[in-house]
Parts: sequence; C-alpha cells; structure tokens
Amino acid sequence: MTSSLIAGSRPVPRSEAGPDARGQRRRTALVGIGYLAPALLFYAVFLLVPFFHSVYLSFCSWDGISPKRWVGLDNYRSIMGSAQYRDAFAHSFVLIGFYTILTMAVALVLVGFLGSTKVRGMVLLRAALFLPYVITPVVTGVAWRWLLAPDGPVNAVLRAVGLDGWARAWLGDFDWSLPSVGLIGTWMLLGLALVLLIAGVQRIPPDLYEAARLDGAGPVREFLAVTLPGVRSEVAVVTVLTVTAALRNFDLIYVTTQGGPGSSTEVPSFLVYQQAFFVGDLGLASAMGVLLTLLILVLTMLTLRPWRKG
Amino acid sequence: MKTTRAHAVTGQLVVTCAAAIAVVPLLGVLIMALREPDTRDSTIRLSDSFHFSNFGAVWGLADLGAALASSFTVSITATLLTVLLSVPAGYALAHFRFPLRNTLFVLLLAGLMLPNESLIIPLYFDFRAVGLADNLLGVILVETALGLAFGTFWMRSFFREASPEIVDAGRMDGANSFVILVRLLLPTAVPQLLALVVLTFVWSWNDLLVPLVMLSGGRQFTAPMALAAFQGQYATDYAYLAAAAILTALPVVVVYLVLQRSFAQGITSGATKG
Repeated sequence: MTSSLIAGSRPVPRSEAGPDARGQRRRTALVGIGYLAPALLFYAVFLLVPFFHSVYLSFCSWDGISPKRWVGLDNYRSIMGSAQYRDAFAHSFVLIGFYTILTMAVALVLVGFLGSTKVRGMVLLRAALFLPYVITPVVTGVAWRWLLAPDGPVNAVLRAVGLDGWARAWLGDFDWSLPSVGLIGTWMLLGLALVLLIAGVQRIPPDLYEAARLDGAGPVREFLAVTLPGVRSEVAVVTVLTVTAALRNFDLIYVTTQGGPGSSTEVPSFLVYQQAFFVGDLGLASAMGVLLTLLILVLTMLTLRPWRKG
Repeated sequence: MKTTRAHAVTGQLVVTCAAAIAVVPLLGVLIMALREPDTRDSTIRLSDSFHFSNFGAVWGLADLGAALASSFTVSITATLLTVLLSVPAGYALAHFRFPLRNTLFVLLLAGLMLPNESLIIPLYFDFRAVGLADNLLGVILVETALGLAFGTFWMRSFFREASPEIVDAGRMDGANSFVILVRLLLPTAVPQLLALVVLTFVWSWNDLLVPLVMLSGGRQFTAPMALAAFQGQYATDYAYLAAAAILTALPVVVVYLVLQRSFAQGITSGATKG
C-alpha cells in the first residue's frame, strides 16, 4: 500500500512511465475501488456505523423514548460499581475456564495419545466431531436442558452407577448451574479443537518423532518437545475461537438458564439484551456491549501476537 | 514395531471415543423425539412404538412451517449476498493497488471480532425508524454484514494464492479484469466458494440474538426463535421439545453433511490463516 501511495504522489520519471502509464495505474486503482465499494458500503452501514453509534450511546442515559442525555462515563462507573455486573464478567472468565482451558487441556491430552499416527475413517469421525459446533446453539441448549433435567438421562446414569448423591437439578442449582453451562460449552467445542489440533499434528514431519524416539524420549517428553511446539498456531486459533464462544454465549444462556437461578449464570452477553429490551436502560446496555467487544479484542490480540511475530 | 501398533490402536480409540461423546447426546435427542408425548417423564428408554406423529404435532404447535420458511429465506439470501459482495471485495484487495488498501483490509478484519451484542441496540432503533424492524429484510442485511468480514478475508486469501499465470495469460489476451475474474479465476475457486457458502449458511441459520431483537414484534420468526418460544410453553414436554429441536437443526445438519469437506477445509485453513 505504501509503495502505491508514494508512486501516486511523487512524479514518476518520464522514461519509466509516461502520462499514459500513470493514467492506466489510476484507472486500475479506480476499478479496484469499484470492486471493493459495495462490500465496504454494506459493512460500514450495517456494522461500523451501528458499532460507533453503540459507543456513543454508552456515554448517554437513554430509555429509548425520551431524549438522550450525555452522562460521560457514568454507565461504565455503574458497571464497575455494581457487584451484579462485576459478577457477570467474573462468570465469563469461569466460562473461559471451561470453554477454553478445559477444552484445550482435554484436546491436547487426546492429541498426545494420538501422536503422529494416522486415524482410519477420519472423514466420518471428523463429521461427527464437528457436529456439536455446527448444530444450532438453541437446539444444543434445549437438548442439554433435557439431558441435565432433575430426572433426565445424566442423573439416571449417575443413579445407575450408585452415585445417587451426585444427582441434582444441574441447571437449577446455585453452585452447579455455571459449571453446567461451562461443560455444555466444552462439549460444543471439544471436537472442533481436536480436529484443528489433529490437522496441526499431521503437518509435523514424522522424522521429528523418530528422532525423539531414537533419543530415548518417553511419551511425555515427546509430547512436550515435538507435538506441543508443532501445534502452536493451532492452539492460538482454538484459543481465539473458544474464548470468543465463551464470551458470546447469549443463545445458550437464553434457552438454558436465563441468567438464573438468581444471578448465578448472568453474563454480559445476556445482560446487554436484558438491560436493553426489558429494563430499558439502553446506555448501560450499550456500555456493557462495548466492554464485551473490548474484552474480545484484547484477548484476541494477546493470543495472536506471539505467533504472528514468530 | 509393537509399540507403534499399540500407539495406533490407542490413537484410533481416543478419536473414536471423542466422536462418540459428540454424537451420543444427539442420538439421545433422536430417541426422545420418538417417545410417547406428554408424559412429563424425562427418562430415556426405547418405547415399543415409535411416535413419528410427534414431528407432525410440533410442526403445528410451534408453527415450524412458517419459521423454517423464514429461516430459509434469511439464510439463503444472506449467503448469496455475502458471496456476491465478498468475491469482488476479496479480488480488489488481492489484485489491485489503491490508496488505503491495507487500512481497509484491517478495518474489515476487525469485523471478525465485533460481537452482535455491540450492534444490536442501534440497529434495532435505526431499523425501526426506517421500517426494517419486523421485516425479514432487516435480518438479512445484518446477517450479510456479519458474514462479509470473513467472506472478504477468505476470498482475498484465495485470490492471493491463485496462480498469477492465469491472470497474466488473461491480460495478454486482452481480457478485462471482470472477464479474468468470472471466466478464469472463479471456475478454479469452487472449493473455496462452497466453504464460504456452508459457513455463512450455518452461521446465519444459527443466530438467535439478531432475529430475536429485529423481529420482536412477533409477526415473523426464525426456526431457532420458534424453538426457544416453544420451550417456554412446553417446558417439560421433552418428546415434543426433542422433535422440534430436530426439525430446527435438520437443515444446517444436512447442509453441513453434504458440504462437510468444504466446511472442514474452511474452518481449518481459514482459522489458521487468521
């Protein structure tokens, strides 16, 4: 880009490019802009403008009917000052623990077992592994609300193996509702993480594994020295995808717990909707949405930076 | 030799178990959907007769016909629009030099990180002002915009990797940029286009927040909206809920299974490039 800018603003020696060539280049640039313009216009009108409008609303007090009033950082102060809202962000981090850290840990252990071996029937297995990620989250929520119901299949299995004390109303329990939602997230994302990591492992040259074995490395050393460094970029990608999923889980919360019991599963993504369309505090809801965006932005940047440079 | 075979068996076992964990709960839903309805009993067991009539019952009770029709309208139109807009945009970013090109690309890329939650409030109030609330067109426009960031990024990486000889040969023959795009480049882009189609279709079908807010007037609703509302009414009628859930998910599952190679390719390489 810089070179084209310079070329456009500085007179080009006549011997290299006459006025004809310069006109040609300008025409080409115009054609390029023409191809980009429709998408850009669409993107600006339906994404960028609403986003900046949201940022503006986050500095206002507004109920959707009476005129907006500029209140500066008041909405952000209310969020920081309220235990309920701070808890909602804390819940998001608990969910990241399940969606990202638990998913990644399990997937890495499985990949460690797998090593460089080729899996038979991978096309079919991959189709199955992706399924929980593809299926409509509302459907996933409805399905798990049944699976985790007080007399649902999960509790039936627990009772059948003699763990009667463990059976409970998972999604209606103050202590267990948030981890239950988290485990649904792990179920949704585990296959995706596994397939991406397997794709990464299969790009590792097999000689590296042979060399490690010749050096007498055990399975743990082999995993730490060969597998883990080989899938670094896949780990970064899975982290970004799963963190984003953990922070944007409106659908799942909406159909499983609605933030309850009490406020035990309230998350920012659900509070934006509730505050905006039921409470009618649009300024606060917008501020919550902006904070959510910042959180996604910061966590994505933190994850992607190290391997971009390397 | 023995250890490698043991290794291979463990590996096969591990992946198969993971696939089973993914599929078994869904099979449970399938069995539940065929049980006798309205029992308030959520335990799973194979009944002596399959109640396929559950599907017909929820079709009427949840108004799923209308809901699925709306969802198809939204997803198909949004997918077509996304492809139509992101192909030329990716082409422009890959093959043309113009001022601010990289800045515009980064701006589009940032769209991958914008959550719907940060757009929905202004969208609702602005769309209501221009008559796009309670209108499928409003949902289509937003879903298209949400798909564009990925679509443009995805097509740009294809066009950057497409062999320059094709473009050069076209130029030698005096073909203009549009002919080069449509006649020479796009025929080689079929796998990438299919990946874009399946991903956009799945994402726009699955979204709940945008249609829930945009169509809050209640005149029109998408399939996920209908299922969520149905659960509100029939909270413990698990056989009916399971049947409605299956009908809601069936279109995305079918599209996904038909195009599953493209889907996997899109997620795997798209994600790694990002």
